[in-house]
Amino acid sequence: MNEFWVLLTGSLVGITCGLTGVFLILRKTAMIADAISHTVLFGIVVAFMITQSLSGFWMLLGAAIAGLLTTFLVQVLQSGGLQEDAAIGVVFTSLFALGVLFITLFAGNVHLDVEHVLMGEIAFVPWDTWDILGFSMPKAVWMLLFVLLLNVLFLVFFYKEIKLSTFDPVFALSIGLPILAMHYSYMTLVSLTTVAAFDSVGAVLVVAMLIGPAATAYLMSKSVSGMIIWSMTFGVTAAITGYYLAKLWNTSIAGMMAAMIGALFMIVFLFKPHDGWTWKLFKRMKLKDTNVHV
Amino acid sequence: MLTGNLLWVLIGAILLGVAAGLNGTFAFLQKQSLVGDAAAHAALPGIALAYLVFQQKDLPLLMLGAAITSALAVYMIQWIVGNSKLKADAAIGFVLSVFFGIGIVLITIVNQSGSGNQSGLNDFIFGKAATMAKSDLVWLSSSALLIILMCLLFFKEWKLMIFDPVFAKGIGLPVERLRVLLTALTVLTIVTGIQAVGVILMAAMLIIPAAAARFWSNHLGIILVTSALFGALSGALGTIISSFRTGLSTGPIIVLCAASLFLISYFFAPTRGFISKSLKKKTFKQRNVAKEATNHE
Repeated sequence: MNEFWVLLTGSLVGITCGLTGVFLILRKTAMIADAISHTVLFGIVVAFMITQSLSGFWMLLGAAIAGLLTTFLVQVLQSGGLQEDAAIGVVFTSLFALGVLFITLFAGNVHLDVEHVLMGEIAFVPWDTWDILGFSMPKAVWMLLFVLLLNVLFLVFFYKEIKLSTFDPVFALSIGLPILAMHYSYMTLVSLTTVAAFDSVGAVLVVAMLIGPAATAYLMSKSVSGMIIWSMTFGVTAAITGYYLAKLWNTSIAGMMAAMIGALFMIVFLFKPHDGWTWKLFKRMKLKDTNVHV
Repeated sequence: MLTGNLLWVLIGAILLGVAAGLNGTFAFLQKQSLVGDAAAHAALPGIALAYLVFQQKDLPLLMLGAAITSALAVYMIQWIVGNSKLKADAAIGFVLSVFFGIGIVLITIVNQSGSGNQSGLNDFIFGKAATMAKSDLVWLSSSALLIILMCLLFFKEWKLMIFDPVFAKGIGLPVERLRVLLTALTVLTIVTGIQAVGVILMAAMLIIPAAAARFWSNHLGIILVTSALFGALSGALGTIISSFRTGLSTGPIIVLCAASLFLISYFFAPTRGFISKSLKKKTFKQRNVAKEATNHE
């Protein structure tokens, strides 16, 4: 049964992050997601310092605020004349350092150590359960289901709008879509996804799960809906294979899932028919051969 | 109070700050700041691999391993961007997280292999400058000196390469090789600093002083000097502050010192700073309003 919960959690992370990640890749904001996954730590620590509790709700709230703060600060620095990559780098490293400092100063003895935040401990997921409506499920599963629901609702209601503001922001603005509000609400979703996932799998795997499957899907598909389906498939595949490989070699589950995401990407990148790297290499060699004979 | 080891740590942190400040400015101007972040994260699997292969904790060996995987990560980012429709940000984020994940897999294996349990490889994630051994600090300092020397030596060539690559090629500079050299030096800077400030915050040492220095001037020479100064200052302040209390990791404190310098620069720098900009905007508006008022009379 424990194995089932761990696999379910991993798969839910794959589905939720895969879904959210698609628009990160399309909107070219992958590195902001990386930044948010680091600054979420800061939000959680501050929430803990204020409420002195580690309840899921306050953690989600703190993380959402930290995510918004990150997005906002990056935008402020950018409009202050700093290039985007440096703005992202400055904001997230500073907030992350502040978070680490707060943990060592004020929360050293609680269940909030930095290594846990980075690497997560998905193997402990089944023991931390919540009872809601008579169902007893692990806390991580509840939180992931809740965030997945939010993500799905957002896409159901605003699919057209987010697509338009992603591919043609100028047109979207001209017909009166609030593209800045869309940007911020999407980034809030990203931070909620991050915090729900990272409690079980750690900050690093969240970045891998947000960016990796969606990037692989980007190579596979030319339509947004196709990309979403591929992205979730890759996320779940990486989670399940990663779990069993980690069990086999007795190592970090989250790390192994990230490694599997890398492996899936490399397979598609190298061997996808027509676009893959080896395919192109082969075609180029053939072309050279024919040219020589002519 | 400034005796023995702390003095050495201080020297090491200052030299590292100067090296990262100089090198970071070049990376910053090439818009490659986040590549440095990826390279720093990618040092982790190299450290673990080097330990697994050699079964010892000699810093030069671990640094070699870190350098190989960091360089591999940078190369992979360029390879992915060059050979697919993925954009740079996606490639950087992908490479960063996957390499770090592999690093955690390997470190877990090291920690479980018994002998490696006390190997202290975990220190590389957050750094431990204040408790570094003297022999390690000698390595750090000499490597930092080498980086500083190279930055001074290739100042003119890199300046040309960054601002006018076509002209640089035209007068016969080996632009591609210069670019590779700059990347190699960035990797060396990261590898030098990871034991002191950790893989996650090493990127900050490259990015923040350079970004802060950019607010003070438009001349490359002045930016480089300012950035090196900011790097040295945050290294020194961070080391001193973290030595006041046991249990404080040095890395985060150094980064927070750099962040404070950045905030000061962002608000108070002349001409490019926030305050002087908004003042200029205000006077500009007032002048225009006054002009319009006189025009209407």
